[in-house]
Amino acid sequence: MNQQVKIRIDGQEIITERGKTIVEAARENGVFIPTLCNMPGVKPKGACRICTIKINHRMMTSCTTPVADGMDIENNTDELNDIRKSIIELLFVSGNHFCPACEKSGNCELQALAYRFKMMVPRYPYDFPRKEVDSSSPKIIKEQNRCIACQRCMKTIVDEDGRHFFAYEDRGKDLRVVLDPILGKEITDELAKKAMENCPVGSIIYKELGFHEPIGTRKYDKEPIGSKIES
Amino acid sequence: MNLQKNSYFCCENNNNANVDEFFKPYLRFMKDLTKKIAARYNNDPTRLMDILLDLHEVQNHVSDDQVDTLAKILNQSGASIRETISFYHFFSMKPLARYNIYLNNSITSVMRDRQSVKEAFEMDCDIEFGQVSEDGQFGLFNTSCIGMNDQDPAAIINGKIFTNLTPYRVHELIKGLKSGQALDDLIYENHGDGNNSDPDVHSMVYNHIRKKSIILKKDYPFYEVLKTKLKDVSPEDVIHKVEASNLRGRGGAGFPTGLKWRFGRKIEGEHKVIICNADEGEPGTFKDRVMLTEYPEMVFEGMVISAYATGADIGLLYLRHEYKYLLKFLNRKLDEMRAIGVLGKKVAGISDFNFDIRIQLGAGAYVCGEESALIESLEGKRGEPRDKPPFPVEKGYLGYPTIVNNVETLATVVKILYHGADWYTGFGTKDSLGTKLLSISGDCKFPGIYEVEWGTSIKEVIEMCGAEEVQAIQVGGPSGMLIGVKDFNNLNSNELMKWYKPSGMMIAEKFFDRRLSYSDLPTGGSIIIFNKHRDLLKDVVMNFMDFFIEESCGSCSTCRNMPFVMKNKLQKILDGHGVRKDIDDLLSWGKTLKASRCGLGQTAGNPILSSIFNFRHLYEQYIQSLTDFDTGFDLEKSIQASAKFTHRKASLHSF
Repeated sequence: MNQQVKIRIDGQEIITERGKTIVEAARENGVFIPTLCNMPGVKPKGACRICTIKINHRMMTSCTTPVADGMDIENNTDELNDIRKSIIELLFVSGNHFCPACEKSGNCELQALAYRFKMMVPRYPYDFPRKEVDSSSPKIIKEQNRCIACQRCMKTIVDEDGRHFFAYEDRGKDLRVVLDPILGKEITDELAKKAMENCPVGSIIYKELGFHEPIGTRKYDKEPIGSKIES
Repeated sequence: MNLQKNSYFCCENNNNANVDEFFKPYLRFMKDLTKKIAARYNNDPTRLMDILLDLHEVQNHVSDDQVDTLAKILNQSGASIRETISFYHFFSMKPLARYNIYLNNSITSVMRDRQSVKEAFEMDCDIEFGQVSEDGQFGLFNTSCIGMNDQDPAAIINGKIFTNLTPYRVHELIKGLKSGQALDDLIYENHGDGNNSDPDVHSMVYNHIRKKSIILKKDYPFYEVLKTKLKDVSPEDVIHKVEASNLRGRGGAGFPTGLKWRFGRKIEGEHKVIICNADEGEPGTFKDRVMLTEYPEMVFEGMVISAYATGADIGLLYLRHEYKYLLKFLNRKLDEMRAIGVLGKKVAGISDFNFDIRIQLGAGAYVCGEESALIESLEGKRGEPRDKPPFPVEKGYLGYPTIVNNVETLATVVKILYHGADWYTGFGTKDSLGTKLLSISGDCKFPGIYEVEWGTSIKEVIEMCGAEEVQAIQVGGPSGMLIGVKDFNNLNSNELMKWYKPSGMMIAEKFFDRRLSYSDLPTGGSIIIFNKHRDLLKDVVMNFMDFFIEESCGSCSTCRNMPFVMKNKLQKILDGHGVRKDIDDLLSWGKTLKASRCGLGQTAGNPILSSIFNFRHLYEQYIQSLTDFDTGFDLEKSIQASAKFTHRKASLHSF
């Protein structure tokens, strides 16, 4: 079976391998498709919908859709970019994201994407919801004001028995990602740091290390999101 | 057993040794119960739904302690268990009451004076909705459509359905319960018609079958296809016949059934699964309720036939929790089938055909009607739709190829095999063959089930059910569309239509000539009629938006947040603060929802979008047509009170 497939993204021909997702294929070939909930090496779950692309006029998420020969993909269009920007704005208004005071500022993917999409003021009114901060774990703080429910911690922070530290609670507008109270007390240093790293925003904070690296010298302070892939 | 005491056990460290000692046996009992129930399902995490349902059956909630016990047994974190519990409407982490009253808040309920019924409950139980009374006797809760639109307002009390509620009836009920009468005795003595009076159903629900055609006509001895025909036809032939009939899925999406089965047959798998989707949650549909009450034999027979055609060995019927009152009856039917050899081993005398059916009860979530969410729920998880591809037919329940069919589709298959595809194609229209069950409710004289041929016009539907002074008709439930009279021509319809994936629509007089068919008005069968006295925006659209906000699984950032944002904007308009731009904003904001994963998310904006599209004049009435911008805040008005007390007049500068 031929492992090579040919796809087109905005007219640009890309040769890639069967089994890859569209996001992976695109990134390897210098095309940046913005993502938030997606993480390399982790089973994708199109939760944030930011990587939405169009195939045959149908919207699909590029992080979950495997490449198929002859796919003709729309990516960098005004329509899709506006939807992506509107999703970022939606995430800003539905939480309480105050970048200047946030430990993750500069390392935050949501913030970096907001800069990329030149978000000034969200088109939607702020909701200013009341959210809890859970600091019951000795190692981490779960800052619900900043959580975007992307599932990254849920998927990746697992103990050796396969038990998940993080899980959803409730549904709809009240959906939140919570830390298991029992496992949270026993979380190892290594996992706690990994949890903070894997969080695309500042919702999981490793205690006592918030501003270790000064703001201004952080990841996206130096390289705007996507610039590495596109260069 | 005083269940209220149970909340006490949530505290981890209890200092009061005496109390601790006192409740120790009870604590142990709860723990043992949890273990016993989990063992019933082989400590299988994919049966978590059943474990939780059984626990609720005994004690109507799951305590924190029990979650921890379950977590240990199932080798999961407590958070993962809570994820499932907190997702479903009929599960609770807090102790509920002895009598838990779930009052339906669908639009048909609201239209038949739900408000006064609600107030009567609140007065008699002396609590508000969302609360449990101090003595632990009564709990009042709102719930989404329970499939009783033809006899609303209806409520579920401890699994029993109470229909056609009035304040008088509520007084009677609560008085009866307070005086110690059993729930069963409070159901009117004459039960509903047909199998509703069956001892295993014992409900006051009425079928309201108003029009029978080829499917509902009882011209067919049950299991006849299984008993006499199946062994003489090959699975290929069965698929061929279904394909020849051009049958399309009756759940609303209209996927060709034969094609789905052909896929299923082709794909290899260690096991294959047939699922019957009996989780009809679209407000306004109740046809599955009637099918399962009066024709369960045909539904099950359809499942066996589809298993034969596709080579499946596992059968699951996902029954919505609201129809729990049918569970015992349906299980009895399955036992009867096993006894006569049309289910189980060597089904219908075919030596290598083994197939059995298990009924899985849901726990209250509209989104589980989406086939992949339904499968997640069957696996004991929260009902979150899956990304496609892979489709369930490739990788479904426990990873096996899975074919999901609607109740009505499966029953139809039986008739097609019995009478032949040629017979079937004689009904309906060219592109939509056969008949469709309509669930008609709202402002009409004869709400109920009507089996009509495809191609029936809306006008005929109106005459059929005795509706008068019709303002609009909702075809296909809230996720449908609203089509009206005025301003229709002022909009660029092509531009807008791109954004719709209508599974139904709301239709106004001008379009009553339109016909029910896959090419014109496709529908899952929900038809709600609104007369000229209804306030479409304040009552109907707001109710539908609340429904979507309540029922979103929340996984997609779009569907989790956008319906709420849109509803607030509509509220702003209804409050008189709207300007022209607000209407345009709603139209453009709604587009973002199209990026959602499943049908719920993609159609969650439709109540607003389609009402702007077709009833724009209603919006125009509310907006300030001369203003371009409104902050939603009136300074002069808000300082009026203080100005009055201070006897000072503010001088406001206008810019």
